[in-house]
Amino acid sequence: MERIPILRMGQFLLVTIQVDMHDRLAMQLQDDLTQRISEWNSKGVLIDISTLEIVDSFIGRMLANIAAMARVLDAEAVVVGMQPAVAITLVELGMSLEGVRTALNVESGMELLYELRGDFHEEIGG
Amino acid sequence: MSKLPEIIQNHEEGIRSEWLKAMSTTVRRSDLMTDSEIQSQTRELLAAIVAGVKSRDITDLDAQAWTQTREVLQSISASRARQGFTPSETTMFVLSLKQPLFTVIRKELSKTPDIVFDELWAATLLLDKLALLTTDAFLETREQIIFRQQQELMELSTPVVKLWEGILALPIIGTLDSARTQVVMESLLQAVVQSNSRIAIIDITGVPTVDTLVAQHLLKTITAARLMGAECIISGVRPQIAQTIVHLGIDLSGVITKARMADAFALALQRSGRAVVATQNGAGAKKQEAKKEE
Amino acid sequence: MRSTKRETLPIATSADVVLARQKVRQWAIEMKFTLVDQTKLVTAASELARNALDHGKGGHMVVEAVENTARTGLKLTFEDRGPGITDIEAALRDGFTTGGGMGLGLGGSKRLVNDFHIESQPGKGTRITVVRWK
Repeated sequence: MERIPILRMGQFLLVTIQVDMHDRLAMQLQDDLTQRISEWNSKGVLIDISTLEIVDSFIGRMLANIAAMARVLDAEAVVVGMQPAVAITLVELGMSLEGVRTALNVESGMELLYELRGDFHEEIGG
Repeated sequence: MSKLPEIIQNHEEGIRSEWLKAMSTTVRRSDLMTDSEIQSQTRELLAAIVAGVKSRDITDLDAQAWTQTREVLQSISASRARQGFTPSETTMFVLSLKQPLFTVIRKELSKTPDIVFDELWAATLLLDKLALLTTDAFLETREQIIFRQQQELMELSTPVVKLWEGILALPIIGTLDSARTQVVMESLLQAVVQSNSRIAIIDITGVPTVDTLVAQHLLKTITAARLMGAECIISGVRPQIAQTIVHLGIDLSGVITKARMADAFALALQRSGRAVVATQNGAGAKKQEAKKEE
Repeated sequence: MRSTKRETLPIATSADVVLARQKVRQWAIEMKFTLVDQTKLVTAASELARNALDHGKGGHMVVEAVENTARTGLKLTFEDRGPGITDIEAALRDGFTTGGGMGLGLGGSKRLVNDFHIESQPGKGTRITVVRWK
């Protein structure tokens, strides 16, 4: 079975979605991520969607779900790199993904995670 | 058989000089064009009319024989539209040909007064048609100019400027409609990605009114920017716009608004961990000068 | 409205929804739609194809290049043989859902296109036609 790889970077996880996801793959990612957060006791998840050409209501819902589930598991999820055309379309579709944190790219997303989880910054740095 | 073609042909130069005289008292705009220009335009048009009347059909201006006249008139009206003549000034250029032409007709046909009226009527019809053609061509050029200016405005209307590393500003000037908002929205969001800016200031000081639709467009832009990971601040909200927004029941509660762009910039700096501090340079320099003088 | 070119794709599995998206993207690029318009079309296609699959038990999509006197456009038709929609007005409202989703599929995709037409016969199926003009 095809899977989207999840990278572990210290306390954080990085997922880069590069394929045109079909719905089952999206559900699988949701399962895998919650599994990893819990297993590795991760404090943050970066979901890089900079190469995604569309986000429809299904993928939008998946992103919102991941953010909500992560929060319950005491982690923060940040969606990074959404393209302008994708963002405009998503707003027109009626989805504003309230409650999902966002950042321009992986770098700013990482900064945001350190800001939100300042206590872990020291642990990793030291 | 109309004698008009012959009359015009035989008196071309005479008619032209009278025409120039008539124009000098009515529509001559020496501020907009030179003598030599108007000389060559009258010569060109009259020659074309002579070529046209040779066809002996002086009512159907769509005919082949009148092609040259149509082209000459179109280019004259187009250049006048661009030079800033009014429509009536442009039309008078053709209509002021009436008097000289009528005078010649009356003189030529003085021995056969019974056909003078018919010929005058034919000349009137011809010149009226030419005048209408002129007006049409004039308006067409004006429309082209307006269209081009709209395009230029569209391009000029979205100057996204970088205020600082990570801070963009978009000063909107003029009325926002759907088409324009879409352009503004796209270029702002594109600039956010390209310049990697976390904060965008949308300044609406130059927007005369805000209606529900415009407010919705603004909100959509702000939401889209947030989805991308950038934050928008709206500045330049004037008192009457604030009133309109509340009266229309538009919810801007989730949006940061500031009265002046300077306030928005200060906030943007603060959010990105920077501040503007007064240096002692100004005062220091004065002190040094004072020391020198001592 | 005159159709100048058309193609039909089946929608039977979730992989077909991906193929439908790719096909619409390819046509939208060929017809030189702007990036934002392409994205809106592909997203609408994704919503409607999934709708035909999840609620209509599958069916097919027809992609057409159309033109009228003034403009050219891309027309998409989704036909399914599902239970049909009894209350179309309610189905178009945001938040309406029978499938456990967010209920943005129909109403949302209507906002992404210029023309939106829906025909449904309870028990026989649903046909949704959308056009985005250039």
